[in-house]
Amino acid sequence: MKPSVKRFTQHPLFWPTITLALLLIVSSVFNPSFLALTWREGHLYGSVIDILNRAAPLMVVALGMTLVIAVRGLDISVGAVVAISATVAALMIGGSFSATGEVQSAHPLWLALATALAVAAACGLWNGLLVVKAGMQPIVATLILMVAGRGIAQLLTGGQIITVYYAPFFVLGNGYFLGLPVALWIAASLWIALHLLLSRTALGLFVRSIGGNPEAARVAGVRSSAITLCVYTFCGLAAGVAGLIVSSNVKSADANNAGQLLELDAILAVTLGGTALTGGRFTLAGTVIGALIIQTLTSMIYSLGVPPEVNLVVKSALVFTVMMLQSAEFRQLVARIARPNPSLQGNRR
Amino acid sequence: MKRLLPLTVTIVLFLAMAAFGAIRYDGFLSLQVFLNLLIDNAFLCVVAVGMTFVILSGGIDLSVGALIALTTIISATLLEAGWHPYAVMVTVLALGAAFGAVQGFLIQRFNLAPFLVTLAGMFWARGCCYLISTESIPIGDATYAAIAQARIPVGGGASLTIGGLIALVVVAIAMRIAHSTEFGRTVYAIGGGESSARLMGLSVDSTKIGVYLLSGLCAALGGIVMTFYMLSGYSLHAVGLELDAIAAVVIGGTLLAGGVGYVAGTLFGVLILGIIQTLISFDGSLSSWWTRIVVGALLLLFCLLQRLFEGRSPRAS
Amino acid sequence: MNSPAVVLQARDISRAFPGVQALSGAQLTLRAGEVHALMGQNGAGKSTLIKILTGVYAPDAGVIELLGQPITPESPIHAQELGISAVHQESHLLPNLSVAENICAGRYPRRPWTRGGGIDWRETERRAAELLANLGIKLDVTQLAGPLPAALQQLATVARAVSTDARVLILDEPTSSLDADEVQALFGLIRRLRDKGVAILFVTHFLDQVYEVCDRMTILRNGRFVGEYACARLDAHGLVAAMVGREIATAERPPAAETPAGSASAPAVLSARNLSRRGQLKPMDLELRAGEVLGLAGLLGSGRGELARLLFALDDRDSGDIAIDGQPAEIDDPADALRLGLGFCPEDRKHSGIVADLSVRENIALALQARMGLTKFLTLAEQRQIATKLVDALGIKTASIETPIGQLSGGNQQKAIIARWLATHPRVLILDEPTRGIDVAAKQELMSGILDLARGGTAVLFISAEIDEVVRVSDRILVMRDRAKAGELPRGATEDEVYSVIAASHQP
Repeated sequence: MKPSVKRFTQHPLFWPTITLALLLIVSSVFNPSFLALTWREGHLYGSVIDILNRAAPLMVVALGMTLVIAVRGLDISVGAVVAISATVAALMIGGSFSATGEVQSAHPLWLALATALAVAAACGLWNGLLVVKAGMQPIVATLILMVAGRGIAQLLTGGQIITVYYAPFFVLGNGYFLGLPVALWIAASLWIALHLLLSRTALGLFVRSIGGNPEAARVAGVRSSAITLCVYTFCGLAAGVAGLIVSSNVKSADANNAGQLLELDAILAVTLGGTALTGGRFTLAGTVIGALIIQTLTSMIYSLGVPPEVNLVVKSALVFTVMMLQSAEFRQLVARIARPNPSLQGNRR
Repeated sequence: MKRLLPLTVTIVLFLAMAAFGAIRYDGFLSLQVFLNLLIDNAFLCVVAVGMTFVILSGGIDLSVGALIALTTIISATLLEAGWHPYAVMVTVLALGAAFGAVQGFLIQRFNLAPFLVTLAGMFWARGCCYLISTESIPIGDATYAAIAQARIPVGGGASLTIGGLIALVVVAIAMRIAHSTEFGRTVYAIGGGESSARLMGLSVDSTKIGVYLLSGLCAALGGIVMTFYMLSGYSLHAVGLELDAIAAVVIGGTLLAGGVGYVAGTLFGVLILGIIQTLISFDGSLSSWWTRIVVGALLLLFCLLQRLFEGRSPRAS
Repeated sequence: MNSPAVVLQARDISRAFPGVQALSGAQLTLRAGEVHALMGQNGAGKSTLIKILTGVYAPDAGVIELLGQPITPESPIHAQELGISAVHQESHLLPNLSVAENICAGRYPRRPWTRGGGIDWRETERRAAELLANLGIKLDVTQLAGPLPAALQQLATVARAVSTDARVLILDEPTSSLDADEVQALFGLIRRLRDKGVAILFVTHFLDQVYEVCDRMTILRNGRFVGEYACARLDAHGLVAAMVGREIATAERPPAAETPAGSASAPAVLSARNLSRRGQLKPMDLELRAGEVLGLAGLLGSGRGELARLLFALDDRDSGDIAIDGQPAEIDDPADALRLGLGFCPEDRKHSGIVADLSVRENIALALQARMGLTKFLTLAEQRQIATKLVDALGIKTASIETPIGQLSGGNQQKAIIARWLATHPRVLILDEPTRGIDVAAKQELMSGILDLARGGTAVLFISAEIDEVVRVSDRILVMRDRAKAGELPRGATEDEVYSVIAASHQP
């Protein structure tokens, strides 16, 4: 293989990009107008736009999850935090018809949004404290909020689905800016902001060293505890943003279903994008592509007329494949089968 | 004895809740109310017993809820196709055990994270459920109906269902396995320190596969119990049940890190989850969402207590 | 007196690994009722020999005979079945199980089916208690193993090892984490086992312990068999000489050399009083002056690395006050130490030094960036400049500064870690085995680099197993043995003097 081609294929984003491209190609084979874009009602319109719009909340959550996984952690409570954030925002906005027939919001919109995000960030901080200060395993620590969080959200809504009538709120999930969905702009801004934060400050270096070799990072004087706390807090915040987008999109807050199974999709998006669950090196772009892969898959299955239930089976196959590829023992087995040369063995006898 | 402390805490908590209920609500302190705890949560109890072994060995199994649902759907489908009820039961038990064994093999042979493998398993099982049917399939088989309605008198006018009986029998057998068999002791040993257990010459590899097989078997059995309870197969049964099972195991005093815990504790953990639900429904004014919150709070309390406990007697790495 | 019967004989054992001949022509003879020490420096081949005896490795050549019959152990379990039991440093008990269960795990007595089957716990406890009583160990077998002190766990582990009617018991560094009383308890058990006729192979680097409990010793050096001696016939001087391969003349101390001007009168940059950690370092004091190179010399296991880790707060100290420039300093973690101007180049670069996936540039910039904090960011250009300058200065061989550091050779990785700390311009630099794995030419560069650093005002704590290096470059030499300070020598001391201090008999 020519060296330039080899370098291309060894790029960490190679496989995720190829997978996404394949999915897009297969989709357009079955649906010729798949890639078509038209301009309608003042914005771009098409299946691709639809995918980008629906993938936005997952992208946002997965970006937060990427950093947590990069420091060798995990956060399975993000689905519950999405529900909590959606609930807080919906409650604070409420919406009542005034005498003139116009809908007003109970609190200023910015206050409602800010409170929801603050609560979400606090949830993330809570998780971080359990992991860093109480020394709990990440999956255990975040399991607690996963179980209790939805209960709290349900409590706040009284078990009802809260409908929001306040139109300006709908912009987040349904609006368009310069032709593209607002949700996409939010996700893109978050991505860019995170990228700048990680590359223009020492944060990226610290995260990668904590995840790559926690002991070496400690010896080198990196303040691991503080950084890990920040990472978990940001993950909560990201889930909060996703919650706002989701509830804005459906114009309501459903504490029971909002964000259901989102944590699993987020972890899957991160690992599909090339970030290893063992921590260290991570890729934000890979996560974005991973989220797009998941959403494209869902759309493709839907548009093919295949029952959406197949989605889960396909996702499980994906998780399975990624896991095996990341397993050293599996790669060793494959290597042994592909190259049965006894002299290369013998680390023992 | 210090090692019985977590179990004691659990039992005391249960008794305290029972006492609280008895004082506050009329009719709470009746035998049937307590038997209902077991009856309504029989399938959770069976699954949680299997989960106990997995967690004792230091692992986790997220696929049990989906496997229960798959069991109910396969049972309903086979019964509709005319299979003999007992043949159906044996078949689904075998399938559950096989499913668990495959997960266990992948985890052991390729050193994969149990969380990921059983997560994939959960997706797969739930997906298969949806593929078979998205709608609820009622079970009309006479044998199943008879079992569902059967009541075993316990005295004082109270009675237990077959499901509840199965749960008790499973707990008893599991206690025996955990305490008196080499397999059970090896599970504890792995939880105490896998490398040390290997150095001692214990059969770590086959035991690791065995716990997941056992968990799959218990999930299938739990699914059968659920078919008695619900008389239907439905792909949305038992969503999130794995979390309840894990909560029951932790509240029952088993360390999530492995190595410490009792099956009896899990039984009380299930009863506590049940009593929380009962207390809330007796109250009538609290919404049932409080259940999630209280369970979460209890989990937190027990996990923090576990950290303290671990801090004093560190496990081997 | 007849010499006791030979239980195990290993003859002409050789074993090679890619790139290194670990053992060649090694001999070992173990006799019943005898405690036999296996001595040698790092890389002498001790652990390879033990792994061959316990079946982890197969020898390339040579023969092992047990009671006259040739054997080929194929795994530790198989070796145990043959009668060779080993207790390694990492042989932990299962902390969540009782002592009785730990001892009988895998070999439980069963109740007959007629009486219910299953494990007979009462019999288990009885057997364990009987075993411990026979060995003179006072322990309640129903206790959980976890809360037991390390010494008792060690005794129980040894009890388990011999419960299989072992003929040969191998103890690999069993006293590493035991204090003096606990060591005595273990020795009591060893003597009782010896009296029962077990052949015991005792591997340790504590010279005192060898003379206290062993009857004979076998010395290995560089994979070769040096000799087998009765402990009574070879004194500490001879032992050390055989291990390091040179004659040690009992030289007299030369007249006190002139201390270089400025060094003695310079104020102490770092001073530690009563620094200790149970099982790792006995209480000791230390002073480092600006512009001075303090060398730490001693044999393997003497506590040099442990001292360094305590100074840099990598491990929590049990006691000790640290002062910087005479002011008491709060150093609770490495970030504190870094902020106060300390630097630490660890001995195990793979585990505590490099972040393998990061580039050379990032690894070099890491500590400096950590001290500067999150927001004051070293731009890419600045990082490149620092990294390039240091790569040139230290002669680090790398394709580019962007290469992942994991791809560099061990020696170059080591240089990069040193570069990392040099970039922070530390006031105190602790170098733990910085020359390990570095070629001769680079070693020379490094040594003169250390002298330059000192001249520039940095206080350097230089730890090396190569005593000739320590002697050459240090202004003062702190000699350590058995986790304590054994003595101090001035500049100009010879290697022989250092060995003398090490080999001198234990102070009461």
